[in-house]
Amino acid sequence: MSRKNIIIVRYFASLRERMGRNEDQLEVAGLSCVADVWSRVSNEAFPVNTLVAINQEYATPRSPVQAGDEVAFFPPVTGG
Amino acid sequence: MTIRVQNERFDPWQELAAYQETHAVDWGGRYGATAVFVGSLRDFNQGQAVTGMALEHYPGMTEGYLEKISTEARARWELLDTLVIHRYGPLSLGDPIVLAAVWSAHRDAAFAACRYLIDELKTRAPFWKQETTPGGLRWVEEESREP
Repeated sequence: MSRKNIIIVRYFASLRERMGRNEDQLEVAGLSCVADVWSRVSNEAFPVNTLVAINQEYATPRSPVQAGDEVAFFPPVTGG
Repeated sequence: MTIRVQNERFDPWQELAAYQETHAVDWGGRYGATAVFVGSLRDFNQGQAVTGMALEHYPGMTEGYLEKISTEARARWELLDTLVIHRYGPLSLGDPIVLAAVWSAHRDAAFAACRYLIDELKTRAPFWKQETTPGGLRWVEEESREP
């Protein structure tokens, strides 16, 4: 599978533990927005209070995705 | 403008002294005000004893947002320089977690920008705290404003 046809999906913190893995690599075909990506990796509805980033910038479930993107899902941040 | 994300323990007061020593020449004689925030690991949270902590982060995005927030502060106020240091990995009680420092000519800009740095860091920089408590490990789940 060539990297240019995939989307890398990463999970952090409690969401990573809930998913039971650090990341997935998805074929981009059929994926047009973040919500599509979530539906591909989980049977559950998009969890409330979950944040999303595309290529390390905050995004929303409606944000478009394309091949080569890195999409991340994680709980509210608690640094500082 | 400097940001650092590190696993190693640090002494915020030594960092401040060293940073000022190195950079004061760039600021000329204009640094009339320095405002500093230091956050350390306390032994209680939400009514429970805390004995330790591990901080997870999103390498790359963390640095990106700390730079973005520092740049925003410099655009909003007239500042000479900013320094942000944040730990990740396992921490012990009393360990400094974060240092945010601002140098400017006057105190109003220094106080306001320092507050901005730490407030924005807390709501946007991708760090997650996992506390060790007598009942086991617990992810801290605070309310976070949508960025």
